Amino acid sequence: MTWDEIWPLLRQGTVETLQMTVWATVITAVLGALLGLALVVTDRRGLAPLAPVHHLLGLVVNIGRSIPFIILLVALLPVTRAIVGTTIGTTAAIVPLAVSAIPFYARLVETSLREVDPGVVDAARAMGASRPQIAWKVLLREARPGLIAGLVVTFVALIGYSAMAGAIGGGGLGDIANRYGYQRFETNVTYAVVVAIVVLVQIVQLLGDRLVRRLSHR
Amino acid sequence: MIQIEKLRKTYRSRGRELTAVDGVDLTVREGEIFGVLGRSGAGKSTLLRCVNLLERPDEGRIEVDGRDLLALSGGQLRAARQGIGMIHQHFGLLSSRTVAGNVAFPLEVMGVPRAERAERVAELLGLVGLTEHAGAYPAQISGGQKQRVGIARALAGRPKVLLSDEATSALDPETTASILALLRDLRDRLGLTVLLITHEMDVVKRICDSAAIMRDGRVVESGTVRDLLLRPGSELARDLFPLPAADVRPGTTVVDVTFEGEAAGRPFVSSLARTYSIDVNILGGAVEDVGGTRIGRLRIELPGGPELNAAQLAHLREAGLTVEVHPVPGTEVAA
Repeated sequence: MTWDEIWPLLRQGTVETLQMTVWATVITAVLGALLGLALVVTDRRGLAPLAPVHHLLGLVVNIGRSIPFIILLVALLPVTRAIVGTTIGTTAAIVPLAVSAIPFYARLVETSLREVDPGVVDAARAMGASRPQIAWKVLLREARPGLIAGLVVTFVALIGYSAMAGAIGGGGLGDIANRYGYQRFETNVTYAVVVAIVVLVQIVQLLGDRLVRRLSHR
Repeated sequence: MIQIEKLRKTYRSRGRELTAVDGVDLTVREGEIFGVLGRSGAGKSTLLRCVNLLERPDEGRIEVDGRDLLALSGGQLRAARQGIGMIHQHFGLLSSRTVAGNVAFPLEVMGVPRAERAERVAELLGLVGLTEHAGAYPAQISGGQKQRVGIARALAGRPKVLLSDEATSALDPETTASILALLRDLRDRLGLTVLLITHEMDVVKRICDSAAIMRDGRVVESGTVRDLLLRPGSELARDLFPLPAADVRPGTTVVDVTFEGEAAGRPFVSSLARTYSIDVNILGGAVEDVGGTRIGRLRIELPGGPELNAAQLAHLREAGLTVEVHPVPGTEVAA
Protein backbone atom coordinates (compact mmCIF):
# COMPACT_ATOMS: atom_id res chain seq x y z
CA MET A 1 0.00 0.00 0.00
CA THR A 2 1.14 3.51 -0.69
CA TRP A 3 1.61 6.14 1.94
CA ASP A 4 -1.43 8.04 0.62
CA GLU A 5 -3.53 4.97 1.32
CA ILE A 6 -2.02 4.25 4.72
CA TRP A 7 -2.26 7.79 6.08
CA PRO A 8 -6.09 8.03 6.35
CA LEU A 9 -6.14 4.58 7.92
CA LEU A 10 -3.60 5.64 10.52
CA ARG A 11 -5.48 8.81 11.29
CA GLN A 12 -8.75 7.01 11.79
CA GLY A 13 -7.08 4.25 13.82
CA THR A 14 -5.38 6.76 16.10
CA VAL A 15 -8.64 8.58 16.74
CA GLU A 16 -10.40 5.31 17.58
CA THR A 17 -7.55 4.15 19.81
CA LEU A 18 -7.64 7.44 21.67
CA GLN A 19 -11.41 7.24 22.02
CA MET A 20 -11.16 3.82 23.62
CA THR A 21 -8.17 4.50 25.82
CA VAL A 22 -8.98 8.04 26.95
CA TRP A 23 -12.49 7.12 28.06
CA ALA A 24 -11.28 3.94 29.71
CA THR A 25 -8.58 5.96 31.49
CA VAL A 26 -11.07 8.56 32.71
CA ILE A 27 -13.35 5.87 34.13
CA THR A 28 -10.35 4.09 35.63
CA ALA A 29 -9.05 7.30 37.19
CA VAL A 30 -12.25 7.73 39.17
CA LEU A 31 -13.15 4.14 40.04
CA GLY A 32 -9.56 2.93 40.45
CA ALA A 33 -8.74 5.82 42.77
CA LEU A 34 -11.82 5.10 44.85
CA LEU A 35 -10.97 1.40 45.01
CA GLY A 36 -7.34 2.16 45.93
CA LEU A 37 -8.48 4.64 48.56
CA ALA A 38 -10.88 2.07 49.99
CA LEU A 39 -8.03 -0.45 50.20
CA VAL A 40 -5.87 1.98 52.18
CA VAL A 41 -8.63 3.35 54.39
CA THR A 42 -9.95 -0.06 55.45
CA ASP A 43 -6.47 -1.41 56.12
CA ARG A 44 -5.57 -2.44 59.66
CA ARG A 45 -3.67 0.80 60.18
CA GLY A 46 -5.95 2.91 58.01
CA LEU A 47 -8.41 5.68 58.82
CA ALA A 48 -11.34 3.29 59.17
CA PRO A 49 -9.95 -0.21 59.75
CA LEU A 50 -12.39 -2.76 58.43
CA ALA A 51 -10.62 -6.06 57.90
CA PRO A 52 -13.42 -8.02 56.12
CA VAL A 53 -13.97 -5.26 53.57
CA HIS A 54 -10.24 -4.85 53.09
CA HIS A 55 -9.73 -8.54 52.39
CA LEU A 56 -12.75 -8.69 50.07
CA LEU A 57 -11.56 -5.71 48.04
CA GLY A 58 -8.05 -7.16 47.90
CA LEU A 59 -9.46 -10.43 46.60
CA VAL A 60 -11.53 -8.67 43.93
CA VAL A 61 -8.50 -6.67 42.80
CA ASN A 62 -6.33 -9.77 42.62
CA ILE A 63 -8.92 -11.70 40.64
CA GLY A 64 -9.31 -8.78 38.26
CA ARG A 65 -5.58 -8.56 37.81
CA SER A 66 -4.97 -12.24 37.24
CA ILE A 67 -7.43 -12.76 34.37
CA PRO A 68 -5.63 -12.39 31.01
CA PHE A 69 -7.10 -9.48 29.08
CA ILE A 70 -8.07 -11.52 26.04
CA ILE A 71 -10.16 -13.81 28.24
CA LEU A 72 -11.68 -10.92 30.15
CA LEU A 73 -12.62 -9.40 26.83
CA VAL A 74 -14.70 -12.42 25.87
CA ALA A 75 -16.02 -13.11 29.34
CA LEU A 76 -17.33 -9.58 29.63
CA LEU A 77 -19.29 -9.64 26.39
CA PRO A 78 -22.69 -10.00 28.13
CA VAL A 79 -21.78 -7.21 30.56
CA THR A 80 -20.71 -4.99 27.71
CA ARG A 81 -23.94 -5.66 25.87
CA ALA A 82 -25.93 -4.83 29.00
CA ILE A 83 -24.11 -1.51 29.50
CA VAL A 84 -23.46 -0.27 25.97
CA GLY A 85 -26.11 -2.18 24.03
CA THR A 86 -23.60 -3.72 21.64
CA THR A 87 -20.34 -5.66 21.77
CA ILE A 88 -18.86 -4.16 18.62
CA GLY A 89 -17.16 -0.82 18.15
CA THR A 90 -14.93 1.50 20.12
CA THR A 91 -17.57 2.34 22.75
CA ALA A 92 -18.08 -1.32 23.49
CA ALA A 93 -14.32 -1.79 23.89
CA ILE A 94 -14.22 0.80 26.66
CA VAL A 95 -15.97 -1.58 29.09
CA PRO A 96 -13.41 -4.42 29.13
CA LEU A 97 -10.56 -1.92 28.97
CA ALA A 98 -11.80 -0.08 32.04
CA VAL A 99 -12.64 -3.29 33.90
CA SER A 100 -9.11 -4.59 33.41
CA ALA A 101 -7.46 -1.26 34.19
CA ILE A 102 -9.38 -0.45 37.38
CA PRO A 103 -7.79 -3.12 39.61
CA PHE A 104 -4.38 -2.45 38.07
CA TYR A 105 -4.64 1.25 38.80
CA ALA A 106 -6.16 0.61 42.23
CA ARG A 107 -2.92 -1.15 43.27
CA LEU A 108 -0.86 1.76 41.99
CA VAL A 109 -3.11 4.17 43.91
CA GLU A 110 -2.77 2.05 47.02
CA THR A 111 1.03 2.20 46.80
CA SER A 112 1.01 5.97 46.30
CA LEU A 113 -1.35 6.59 49.18
CA ARG A 114 0.76 4.44 51.49
CA GLU A 115 3.70 6.68 50.76
CA VAL A 116 1.94 9.72 52.19
CA ASP A 117 3.80 10.74 55.35
CA PRO A 118 1.82 9.33 58.31
CA GLY A 119 2.96 12.39 60.27
CA VAL A 120 0.85 14.57 58.01
CA VAL A 121 -2.20 12.40 58.62
CA ASP A 122 -1.49 12.61 62.33
CA ALA A 123 -1.23 16.38 62.16
CA ALA A 124 -4.54 16.59 60.31
CA ARG A 125 -6.21 14.41 62.93
CA ALA A 126 -4.80 16.61 65.67
CA MET A 127 -6.36 19.62 63.91
CA GLY A 128 -9.75 18.01 64.16
CA ALA A 129 -10.07 17.01 60.51
CA SER A 130 -12.76 14.43 59.77
CA ARG A 131 -11.95 11.21 57.96
CA PRO A 132 -13.43 12.38 54.62
CA GLN A 133 -11.41 15.57 54.94
CA ILE A 134 -8.24 13.59 55.59
CA ALA A 135 -8.94 11.24 52.68
CA TRP A 136 -9.69 14.05 50.27
CA LYS A 137 -7.48 16.93 51.40
CA VAL A 138 -4.52 14.97 52.74
CA LEU A 139 -4.22 11.48 51.25
CA LEU A 140 -5.40 12.06 47.67
CA ARG A 141 -3.92 15.53 47.51
CA GLU A 142 -0.49 14.64 48.88
CA ALA A 143 -0.28 11.57 46.64
CA ARG A 144 -1.35 13.46 43.52
CA PRO A 145 1.98 13.29 41.66
CA GLY A 146 2.10 9.54 42.27
CA LEU A 147 -1.54 9.13 41.27
CA ILE A 148 -0.92 10.89 37.98
CA ALA A 149 2.28 8.98 37.28
CA GLY A 150 0.31 5.79 37.89
CA LEU A 151 -2.44 6.96 35.59
CA VAL A 152 0.10 7.54 32.81
CA VAL A 153 1.38 3.99 33.28
CA THR A 154 -2.20 2.74 33.14
CA PHE A 155 -2.95 4.77 30.03
CA VAL A 156 0.08 3.38 28.23
CA ALA A 157 -0.91 -0.15 29.22
CA LEU A 158 -4.40 0.53 27.90
CA ILE A 159 -2.99 1.55 24.53
CA GLY A 160 -1.45 -1.92 24.37
CA TYR A 161 -4.66 -3.63 25.49
CA SER A 162 -6.72 -1.60 23.02
CA ALA A 163 -4.92 -3.38 20.19
CA MET A 164 -6.39 -6.64 21.47
CA ALA A 165 -9.81 -5.07 21.90
CA GLY A 166 -9.51 -3.97 18.30
CA ALA A 167 -9.12 -7.56 17.22
CA ILE A 168 -12.69 -8.33 18.27
CA GLY A 169 -14.25 -5.38 16.53
CA GLY A 170 -13.16 -2.45 18.64
CA GLY A 171 -11.39 -0.69 15.83
CA GLY A 172 -8.30 1.38 16.43
CA LEU A 173 -4.65 0.99 15.47
CA GLY A 174 -4.46 -2.63 16.58
CA ASP A 175 -7.41 -3.51 14.37
CA ILE A 176 -5.72 -1.89 11.36
CA ALA A 177 -2.46 -3.76 11.98
CA ASN A 178 -4.45 -6.97 12.23
CA ARG A 179 -6.66 -6.50 9.18
CA TYR A 180 -4.12 -5.02 6.79
CA GLY A 181 -0.71 -6.00 8.12
CA TYR A 182 -1.47 -9.53 9.27
CA GLN A 183 -4.40 -10.72 7.18
CA ARG A 184 -3.36 -9.04 3.89
CA PHE A 185 0.41 -9.23 4.33
CA GLU A 186 0.75 -5.44 4.03
CA THR A 187 3.83 -5.39 6.21
CA ASN A 188 4.41 -1.65 5.78
CA VAL A 189 1.00 -0.99 7.40
CA THR A 190 2.17 -2.95 10.45
CA TYR A 191 5.33 -0.88 10.64
CA ALA A 192 3.36 2.35 10.26
CA VAL A 193 1.02 1.29 13.06
CA VAL A 194 3.95 0.40 15.32
CA VAL A 195 5.51 3.81 14.69
CA ALA A 196 2.17 5.52 15.36
CA ILE A 197 1.76 3.68 18.67
CA VAL A 198 5.34 4.45 19.72
CA VAL A 199 4.80 8.14 18.97
CA LEU A 200 1.50 8.09 20.87
CA VAL A 201 3.08 6.47 23.92
CA GLN A 202 5.99 8.92 23.83
CA ILE A 203 3.66 11.92 23.75
CA VAL A 204 1.51 10.60 26.60
CA GLN A 205 4.54 9.80 28.74
CA LEU A 206 6.15 13.15 28.06
CA LEU A 207 3.03 15.13 28.95
CA GLY A 208 2.46 12.95 31.99
CA ASP A 209 6.00 13.40 33.26
CA ARG A 210 5.75 17.13 32.79
CA LEU A 211 2.51 17.30 34.75
CA VAL A 212 3.94 15.18 37.57
CA ARG A 213 6.98 17.41 37.78
CA ARG A 214 4.83 20.49 38.00
CA LEU A 215 2.67 19.07 40.78
CA SER A 216 5.48 17.59 42.82
CA HIS A 217 6.86 19.85 45.53
CA ARG A 218 8.84 17.37 47.54
CA MET B 1 -5.89 23.74 82.25
CA ILE B 2 -4.86 20.17 81.59
CA GLN B 3 -5.73 17.52 84.14
CA ILE B 4 -4.62 13.96 83.66
CA GLU B 5 -5.63 11.27 86.13
CA LYS B 6 -4.55 7.66 86.44
CA LEU B 7 -3.81 7.43 82.76
CA ARG B 8 -2.90 4.00 81.45
CA LYS B 9 -2.22 2.89 77.90
CA THR B 10 -1.08 -0.56 76.89
CA TYR B 11 -0.11 -1.63 73.39
CA ARG B 12 -0.60 -5.18 72.30
CA SER B 13 1.22 -6.61 69.34
CA ARG B 14 1.74 -10.27 68.50
CA GLY B 15 0.69 -11.35 71.96
CA ARG B 16 3.20 -9.08 73.68
CA GLU B 17 1.99 -6.31 75.92
CA LEU B 18 3.76 -3.03 76.44
CA THR B 19 2.45 -0.57 78.96
CA ALA B 20 3.55 2.75 77.53
CA VAL B 21 1.81 4.91 80.11
CA ASP B 22 1.39 3.30 83.49
CA GLY B 23 -0.86 5.30 85.79
CA VAL B 24 0.16 8.90 85.22
CA ASP B 25 -1.30 11.88 87.07
CA LEU B 26 -0.40 15.31 85.79
CA THR B 27 -1.72 18.81 86.22
CA VAL B 28 -0.75 21.64 83.93
CA ARG B 29 -1.81 25.04 85.19
CA GLU B 30 -3.14 27.76 82.95
CA GLY B 31 -0.44 29.83 81.29
CA GLU B 32 2.51 27.67 82.20
CA ILE B 33 4.97 25.82 80.04
CA PHE B 34 5.13 22.28 81.30
CA GLY B 35 7.85 19.95 80.08
CA VAL B 36 7.78 16.19 80.26
CA LEU B 37 11.33 14.94 80.12
CA GLY B 38 12.32 11.38 79.42
CA ARG B 39 14.31 9.06 77.22
CA SER B 40 12.81 7.55 74.13
CA GLY B 41 10.49 4.75 75.11
CA ALA B 42 9.64 6.35 78.43
CA GLY B 43 6.05 6.81 77.30
CA LYS B 44 6.07 10.57 77.06
CA SER B 45 4.98 10.63 73.43
CA THR B 46 2.06 8.33 74.15
CA LEU B 47 1.14 10.52 77.11
CA LEU B 48 1.08 13.62 74.92
CA ARG B 49 -0.91 11.91 72.19
CA CYS B 50 -3.49 10.96 74.78
CA VAL B 51 -4.08 14.62 75.61
CA ASN B 52 -5.86 15.21 72.29
CA LEU B 53 -6.89 11.57 72.04
CA LEU B 54 -4.75 10.74 69.03
CA GLU B 55 -4.28 7.70 71.22
CA ARG B 56 -7.15 6.48 73.31
CA PRO B 57 -6.07 5.49 76.82
CA ASP B 58 -7.26 2.25 78.34
CA GLU B 59 -7.96 3.87 81.67
CA GLY B 60 -7.95 7.27 83.25
CA ARG B 61 -9.33 10.73 82.79
CA ILE B 62 -8.25 13.62 80.61
CA GLU B 63 -9.62 17.06 81.13
CA VAL B 64 -8.59 19.99 78.94
CA ASP B 65 -9.99 23.43 79.73
CA GLY B 66 -12.62 21.88 81.96
CA ARG B 67 -13.86 19.37 79.37
CA ASP B 68 -13.71 15.65 79.90
CA LEU B 69 -12.37 14.55 76.51
CA LEU B 70 -13.19 10.88 76.90
CA ALA B 71 -16.86 11.75 77.29
CA LEU B 72 -17.05 13.54 73.92
CA SER B 73 -18.64 12.14 70.77
CA GLY B 74 -16.67 11.99 67.51
CA GLY B 75 -17.85 15.37 66.27
CA GLN B 76 -17.42 17.02 69.65
CA LEU B 77 -13.92 15.61 69.91
CA ARG B 78 -12.97 17.03 66.50
CA ALA B 79 -14.29 20.41 67.61
CA ALA B 80 -12.32 20.14 70.85
CA ARG B 81 -9.16 19.27 68.93
CA GLN B 82 -9.53 22.47 66.94
CA GLY B 83 -9.03 24.27 70.23
CA ILE B 84 -5.89 22.29 71.08
CA GLY B 85 -2.91 23.16 68.91
CA MET B 86 -0.20 20.59 68.28
CA ILE B 87 3.26 20.81 66.80
CA HIS B 88 5.29 17.82 65.72
CA GLN B 89 8.91 16.71 65.62
CA HIS B 90 8.84 16.22 61.85
CA PHE B 91 6.50 19.16 61.31
CA GLY B 92 3.74 17.21 59.52
CA LEU B 93 3.36 19.77 56.76
CA LEU B 94 1.52 19.08 53.53
CA SER B 95 4.20 18.96 50.85
CA SER B 96 1.65 19.80 48.16
CA ARG B 97 0.65 23.08 49.76
CA THR B 98 2.51 26.33 50.16
CA VAL B 99 3.34 27.79 53.55
CA ALA B 100 0.15 29.88 53.40
CA GLY B 101 -1.82 26.84 52.22
CA ASN B 102 -0.58 24.81 55.17
CA VAL B 103 -1.63 27.48 57.63
CA ALA B 104 -5.00 27.75 55.88
CA PHE B 105 -5.59 24.01 56.20
CA PRO B 106 -6.96 23.96 59.76
CA LEU B 107 -9.13 26.97 58.89
CA GLU B 108 -10.61 25.01 55.99
CA VAL B 109 -11.19 22.09 58.32
CA MET B 110 -13.04 24.43 60.67
CA GLY B 111 -15.12 25.81 57.82
CA VAL B 112 -13.82 29.39 58.00
CA PRO B 113 -14.95 31.36 54.90
CA ARG B 114 -12.30 31.99 52.24
CA ALA B 115 -11.96 35.76 52.69
CA GLU B 116 -11.59 35.48 56.42
CA ARG B 117 -9.10 32.67 55.94
CA ALA B 118 -6.71 34.78 53.88
CA GLU B 119 -6.77 37.50 56.50
CA ARG B 120 -6.15 35.09 59.36
CA VAL B 121 -3.33 33.32 57.49
CA ALA B 122 -1.56 36.65 56.93
CA GLU B 123 -1.94 37.45 60.61
CA LEU B 124 -0.60 34.05 61.70
CA LEU B 125 2.36 34.21 59.34
CA GLY B 126 3.18 37.63 60.74
CA LEU B 127 3.06 36.18 64.24
CA VAL B 128 5.79 33.65 63.46
CA GLY B 129 7.75 35.91 61.11
CA LEU B 130 7.15 34.07 57.86
CA THR B 131 5.21 36.65 55.84
CA GLU B 132 7.83 36.65 53.10
CA HIS B 133 7.69 32.89 52.67
CA ALA B 134 3.93 32.61 52.26
CA GLY B 135 4.25 31.31 48.69
CA ALA B 136 7.11 28.86 49.31
CA TYR B 137 6.63 25.11 49.51
CA PRO B 138 7.82 23.22 52.60
CA ALA B 139 10.62 21.61 50.58
CA GLN B 140 12.05 25.05 49.88
CA ILE B 141 12.39 26.27 53.46
CA SER B 142 14.64 25.34 56.40
CA GLY B 143 13.73 23.12 59.34
CA GLY B 144 13.31 26.08 61.66
CA GLN B 145 11.03 27.78 59.18
CA LYS B 146 9.04 24.57 58.79
CA GLN B 147 8.48 24.45 62.52
CA ARG B 148 7.34 28.07 62.43
CA VAL B 149 4.78 27.06 59.84
CA GLY B 150 3.78 24.24 62.18
CA ILE B 151 3.37 26.71 65.03
CA ALA B 152 1.34 29.16 62.92
CA ARG B 153 -0.87 26.29 61.81
CA ALA B 154 -1.32 25.08 65.38
CA LEU B 155 -2.45 28.53 66.44
CA ALA B 156 -4.99 28.92 63.64
CA GLY B 157 -7.93 27.89 65.80
CA ARG B 158 -6.94 30.31 68.60
CA PRO B 159 -6.23 27.42 70.96
CA LYS B 160 -5.77 27.83 74.68
CA VAL B 161 -3.50 24.81 74.79
CA LEU B 162 -0.50 23.95 72.67
CA LEU B 163 0.95 20.45 72.64
CA SER B 164 4.52 20.08 71.47
CA ASP B 165 5.79 16.66 70.47
CA GLU B 166 9.59 16.95 70.46
CA ALA B 167 9.19 20.09 68.38
CA THR B 168 12.87 20.98 68.46
CA SER B 169 14.44 17.53 68.34
CA ALA B 170 15.01 17.65 64.59
CA LEU B 171 16.59 21.10 64.74
CA ASP B 172 20.13 22.34 65.31
CA PRO B 173 20.94 24.11 68.60
CA GLU B 174 20.62 27.66 67.28
CA THR B 175 17.31 26.99 65.57
CA THR B 176 16.13 25.21 68.70
CA ALA B 177 16.88 28.31 70.72
CA SER B 178 14.92 30.54 68.35
CA ILE B 179 11.92 28.20 68.28
CA LEU B 180 11.92 27.95 72.08
CA ALA B 181 12.10 31.75 72.34
CA LEU B 182 9.17 31.99 69.94
CA LEU B 183 7.14 29.53 72.02
CA ARG B 184 7.78 31.46 75.19
CA ASP B 185 6.98 34.73 73.48
CA LEU B 186 3.70 33.33 72.13
CA ARG B 187 2.82 31.99 75.55
CA ASP B 188 3.35 35.45 77.01
CA ARG B 189 1.42 37.25 74.28
CA LEU B 190 -1.45 34.83 73.77
CA GLY B 191 -1.70 33.38 77.24
CA LEU B 192 -1.18 29.85 75.94
CA THR B 193 -0.74 26.84 78.13
CA VAL B 194 2.01 24.68 76.68
CA LEU B 195 2.57 21.00 77.34
CA LEU B 196 5.73 19.78 75.68
CA ILE B 197 7.64 16.57 75.67
CA THR B 198 11.33 16.38 75.07
CA HIS B 199 14.40 14.31 75.73
CA GLU B 200 16.54 17.43 75.90
CA MET B 201 17.35 18.81 79.33
CA ASP B 202 18.12 22.07 77.65
CA VAL B 203 14.51 22.62 76.60
CA VAL B 204 13.30 22.24 80.17
CA LYS B 205 16.04 24.52 81.42
CA ARG B 206 15.28 27.23 78.88
CA ILE B 207 11.54 27.60 78.85
CA CYS B 208 9.72 25.33 81.25
CA ASP B 209 8.02 26.59 84.38
CA SER B 210 7.20 23.09 85.52
CA ALA B 211 8.47 19.69 84.57
CA ALA B 212 7.88 16.01 85.05
CA ILE B 213 10.38 13.25 84.52
CA MET B 214 9.07 10.06 83.03
CA ARG B 215 10.60 6.62 83.11
CA ASP B 216 9.05 3.30 82.12
CA GLY B 217 5.64 4.85 81.69
CA ARG B 218 5.58 6.53 85.08
CA VAL B 219 6.17 10.03 86.31
CA VAL B 220 9.07 9.74 88.74
CA GLU B 221 9.07 13.35 89.80
CA SER B 222 7.19 16.49 88.95
CA GLY B 223 6.80 20.04 90.13
CA THR B 224 7.99 23.50 89.26
CA VAL B 225 11.46 23.46 87.77
CA ARG B 226 12.75 25.59 90.63
CA ASP B 227 11.38 23.25 93.30
CA LEU B 228 12.73 20.22 91.51
CA LEU B 229 16.21 21.67 91.25
CA LEU B 230 16.25 22.58 94.92
CA ARG B 231 14.82 19.25 96.04
CA PRO B 232 17.52 17.00 97.45
CA GLY B 233 18.06 13.90 95.35
CA SER B 234 16.01 15.12 92.40
CA GLU B 235 16.84 13.59 89.05
CA LEU B 236 16.33 16.89 87.32
CA ALA B 237 19.05 18.49 89.42
CA ARG B 238 21.34 15.53 88.86
CA ASP B 239 20.82 15.78 85.10
CA LEU B 240 21.21 19.52 84.96
CA PHE B 241 24.29 19.63 87.19
CA PRO B 242 26.19 16.50 86.35
CA LEU B 243 28.72 16.06 89.14
CA PRO B 244 31.14 13.16 89.26
CA ALA B 245 30.15 10.16 91.35
CA ALA B 246 30.69 10.99 94.99
CA ASP B 247 33.63 9.17 96.50
CA VAL B 248 33.21 9.70 100.23
CA ARG B 249 36.47 9.12 102.05
CA PRO B 250 36.26 7.88 105.63
CA GLY B 251 36.35 10.68 108.14
CA THR B 252 34.95 13.29 105.77
CA THR B 253 31.52 14.61 104.91
CA VAL B 254 30.54 15.20 101.29
CA VAL B 255 27.75 17.69 100.83
CA ASP B 256 25.89 18.90 97.74
CA VAL B 257 24.85 22.49 98.22
CA THR B 258 22.23 23.93 95.90
CA PHE B 259 21.89 27.67 95.78
CA GLU B 260 19.68 30.00 93.80
CA GLY B 261 19.12 33.68 93.19
CA GLU B 262 20.78 35.98 95.70
CA ALA B 263 22.19 33.11 97.74
CA ALA B 264 24.38 32.46 94.71
CA GLY B 265 26.05 35.81 95.33
CA ARG B 266 27.07 35.09 98.92
CA PRO B 267 30.46 33.61 99.66
CA PHE B 268 29.17 30.72 101.76
CA VAL B 269 32.22 28.52 101.32
CA SER B 270 34.67 31.00 102.75
CA SER B 271 32.21 32.00 105.46
CA LEU B 272 31.91 28.35 106.46
CA ALA B 273 35.65 27.91 106.48
CA ARG B 274 36.19 31.06 108.52
CA THR B 275 33.43 30.47 111.07
CA TYR B 276 34.50 26.93 111.92
CA SER B 277 38.19 27.21 111.05
CA ILE B 278 37.99 24.21 108.76
CA ASP B 279 39.34 23.42 105.33
CA VAL B 280 36.59 23.18 102.77
CA ASN B 281 37.47 21.18 99.72
CA ILE B 282 35.52 21.89 96.52
CA LEU B 283 34.92 18.70 94.51
CA GLY B 284 32.82 20.05 91.69
CA GLY B 285 30.11 22.42 90.75
CA ALA B 286 27.98 24.02 88.11
CA VAL B 287 25.83 27.08 87.69
CA GLU B 288 22.96 27.38 85.22
CA ASP B 289 20.50 30.04 84.24
CA VAL B 290 17.10 28.47 84.69
CA GLY B 291 14.05 30.45 83.71
CA GLY B 292 15.77 33.73 84.48
CA THR B 293 17.27 32.79 87.87
CA ARG B 294 20.70 31.44 88.52
CA ILE B 295 20.71 28.09 90.15
CA GLY B 296 23.91 26.31 91.05
CA ARG B 297 25.13 23.24 92.76
CA LEU B 298 28.42 22.78 94.51
CA ARG B 299 29.88 19.61 95.96
CA ILE B 300 32.15 20.25 98.92
CA GLU B 301 34.06 18.06 101.34
CA LEU B 302 34.29 18.86 105.03
CA PRO B 303 36.69 17.25 107.49
CA GLY B 304 35.15 14.81 109.96
CA GLY B 305 32.13 12.53 109.61
CA PRO B 306 28.57 13.85 109.33
CA GLU B 307 28.04 13.51 113.09
CA LEU B 308 30.81 16.08 113.66
CA ASN B 309 29.43 18.52 111.14
CA ALA B 310 25.90 19.14 112.45
CA ALA B 311 26.63 22.78 113.25
CA GLN B 312 28.29 23.38 109.90
CA LEU B 313 25.34 21.89 108.01
CA ALA B 314 22.92 23.99 110.04
CA HIS B 315 25.03 27.04 109.17
CA LEU B 316 24.58 26.31 105.46
CA ARG B 317 20.86 25.72 105.81
CA GLU B 318 20.44 28.98 107.69
CA ALA B 319 22.09 30.75 104.79
CA GLY B 320 19.14 29.67 102.64
CA LEU B 321 20.92 26.84 100.88
CA THR B 322 19.63 23.40 100.11
CA VAL B 323 21.95 20.85 101.65
CA GLU B 324 22.22 17.21 100.76
CA VAL B 325 24.67 15.00 102.63
CA HIS B 326 26.11 11.99 100.84
CA PRO B 327 25.90 8.83 102.88
CA VAL B 328 29.11 7.36 104.18
CA PRO B 329 29.89 4.13 102.33
CA GLY B 330 28.66 1.12 104.25
CA THR B 331 25.81 2.95 105.92
CA GLU B 332 24.00 3.30 102.66
CA VAL B 333 22.87 -0.32 102.58
CA ALA B 334 21.48 -0.12 106.10
CA ALA B 335 19.55 3.02 105.23
